Amino acid sequence: MCLGIPAKVVEINDSNLGKVDYLGTKVKTNFSLVDTIQVGDWVIIHAGFAIARLDEEEAKETLDMLREIAKSSE
Amino acid sequence: MKEYRDKKIIRALLKRIEEETQGLPAPVRIMEVCGTHTMTIHKYGLKIMLETAGIEMLSGPGCPVCITPDEFHEAALDLVTKRENLVLATFGDMTRVPTGKGSLQTAIPAHDSLIKIVYSPEEAAEIAKSQSEKEVVFFGVGFETTIPSIALTVKNAASAKLANFSVLSALWLIPPPLRAILEAGETRINGFLYPGHVSVIIGKKPYEFIAKEYGIPGAIAGFEPSDILLGICAVIDQIKQKKPGVHIEYTRAVSPAGNPKALALMEEVLEEKDACWRGLGTIPRSGLRLKKKYSGFDAEVKYGLKISGKTSDQPGCRCGEVLKGLVSPPQCPLYSRKCTPESPHGPCMVSLEGACLIYYKYQE
Amino acid sequence: MRQVSLELGSGGKLMRDFIAQHILPTFKNPVLEHLWDASHLPPGIAFTTDSYVVDPIFFPGGDIGTLCVNGTVNDLIVSGAKPQYLSLALILEEGLDWEDLKKILNSIKKAAVKARVKVITGDTKVVRRGQGDKIYINTSGVGRAVAKPRPNKIRPGDKIILTGTLGEHTLAILLARGDFGLESKIKSDCAPLNFLLPLWKKGVLWMRDITRGGLATILSELAETIPYALLIEEEKIPFSRAVRGATELLGIDPLYLACEGRAVIIAPAKKAKQMLREIRRNPLGKNAQIVGEVTKSIGKPGELLLTTLTGGLRLLEPLTSELLPRIC
Repeated sequence: MCLGIPAKVVEINDSNLGKVDYLGTKVKTNFSLVDTIQVGDWVIIHAGFAIARLDEEEAKETLDMLREIAKSSE
Repeated sequence: MKEYRDKKIIRALLKRIEEETQGLPAPVRIMEVCGTHTMTIHKYGLKIMLETAGIEMLSGPGCPVCITPDEFHEAALDLVTKRENLVLATFGDMTRVPTGKGSLQTAIPAHDSLIKIVYSPEEAAEIAKSQSEKEVVFFGVGFETTIPSIALTVKNAASAKLANFSVLSALWLIPPPLRAILEAGETRINGFLYPGHVSVIIGKKPYEFIAKEYGIPGAIAGFEPSDILLGICAVIDQIKQKKPGVHIEYTRAVSPAGNPKALALMEEVLEEKDACWRGLGTIPRSGLRLKKKYSGFDAEVKYGLKISGKTSDQPGCRCGEVLKGLVSPPQCPLYSRKCTPESPHGPCMVSLEGACLIYYKYQE
Repeated sequence: MRQVSLELGSGGKLMRDFIAQHILPTFKNPVLEHLWDASHLPPGIAFTTDSYVVDPIFFPGGDIGTLCVNGTVNDLIVSGAKPQYLSLALILEEGLDWEDLKKILNSIKKAAVKARVKVITGDTKVVRRGQGDKIYINTSGVGRAVAKPRPNKIRPGDKIILTGTLGEHTLAILLARGDFGLESKIKSDCAPLNFLLPLWKKGVLWMRDITRGGLATILSELAETIPYALLIEEEKIPFSRAVRGATELLGIDPLYLACEGRAVIIAPAKKAKQMLREIRRNPLGKNAQIVGEVTKSIGKPGELLLTTLTGGLRLLEPLTSELLPRIC
């Protein structure tokens, strides 16, 4: 079950516990497995834990690549 | 986000794949290791479209419900049906697996006992904290994506001296069965699609032996349809250039070194063991168990469970071969005759990520 | 099976088997065998019953009181009857908070007014603390038949209409239980479907309210009884953003989520657009959509098929086992 969802951090306290928001639904999340997370960051969450920070630069690059591919095939 | 599922982009990627596979011996056989990949491929109708483009996708052993032997389920069943005041916390998927003793879904708990579906191992620990009169057992099944979370939950439980909490664990590592499948040499595999979220944890190094020792290329892909197709493009590229390696498609989430914090936790709390995989047999150093200092939180130790890990599949059931990519579901004699989603005979039909269930649901 | 398991009440396969293997053979009669949500009796009466064991008894958007009226009223409406009277049987647990009981009775009153029914008979029982979970309610409903469902008149080209967004009730229950650490603004969709009654005289063929098992189960069960296939389009199915988010987070398929104020309707091909307009006139039907049609050119008779967002085709099976017990 690799079910991991990208969600936005909306709350984080000193014990690395907090919440993320996905399309308006908030979920309790434990951030202990990732470093220096701030409110507003995007993370991948799985089974109530954030397992990685989503790199927005890389995400943009992937999207740009996809758009290129779509254009070049027209 | 929606763009990863955009029809135009998907069509363009399929077109590119079709172009690139020209000149390669058909079909190009790529094994998607992870059950969630299998699900996405079928959900978006990609399997058929990929076949037209010259790619045959094989499902691999990355479905934790599928490869966990019945004995674990039966142990969980025994705990909750024979012991009073026990809460068995489990992920939803596990409750539907049919065993010789029935499934957790239809089990009747003992007096004051309960089966509770949880979303996170922490939820299980919280139940233990708030209900100190109950014994709480978390049935923890998973691959490297889930393992660090379970490890952290145990570590925290130990610090909090949560004596009424334990984990019945069935923890599996992804790289060893891939080696076993390649060693057996029964399936022709031209490339691998590696699981995105397992790789978030372990990085790319654990797969490098597949490129180096077996010359087979692979790509770590995310779970949106365009991630999968981009990953397949990367594999074909490597085949054409005769440069097998481990490409990271899912760069927005996966770093080459993985998640060092998670890996350190696993190292601290768990140790490797030989494990018996349903359908694949015993694979050395392919499982994990709690280290001795955490044995107070190991349900097997705490309750004296004797799990040999052997499996007893229904006669005729070919789940094992399906998991190795040797046969496709319709080639199993039980598929869709005796074995259906309504009355499954084997785990591949039970798990939401099981190849047989997915095949059944998404057939055209 | 030597003991009753919780799964028997889930609305899934075990329950269907129970009805087929134990209820029908024991109580053989042609009225029961229809297995409609409400049974039609001479002279022009429809009768139904339902029990409510929802846990927790209060949830965002309603409570067991709102449910016990709307659930029963809706069974009458989708079976072609105008709801008129309800019986109300209360089974209370010793120690139930008095204020809670008053709140629930008030909810029942309000819901009855909205649904235009009168509570005209009932019963009250109390069981010892620990022998009943706060409150269980049974309501039976009587209504005047205005039409009978005609699934035998369903033909290829007839349209499948959904009266609103899916899944809010189930998720509201999950939220109220505090399970899975979820937080959301989702409210139960619990509501009476009286606004659908005029469709019967206008020629609507069949209706069901989308309860346990969700849209996929309800439509699969219909498909099994007709010599055609049903085809619905994923793109057209209305979901609120909140439900989309919560179901993706939890890995649940929203096509199997129960509602308590939504219906799926089969409208004759020529009347579908008009019926859709009428449904949308009511605030409860504002998100109604035509989501598919009856077909004989795709799939096999008896199948429910879904065209996915990327153009693939998917076979939908009825729910085999429920994710959550006691949602209604």
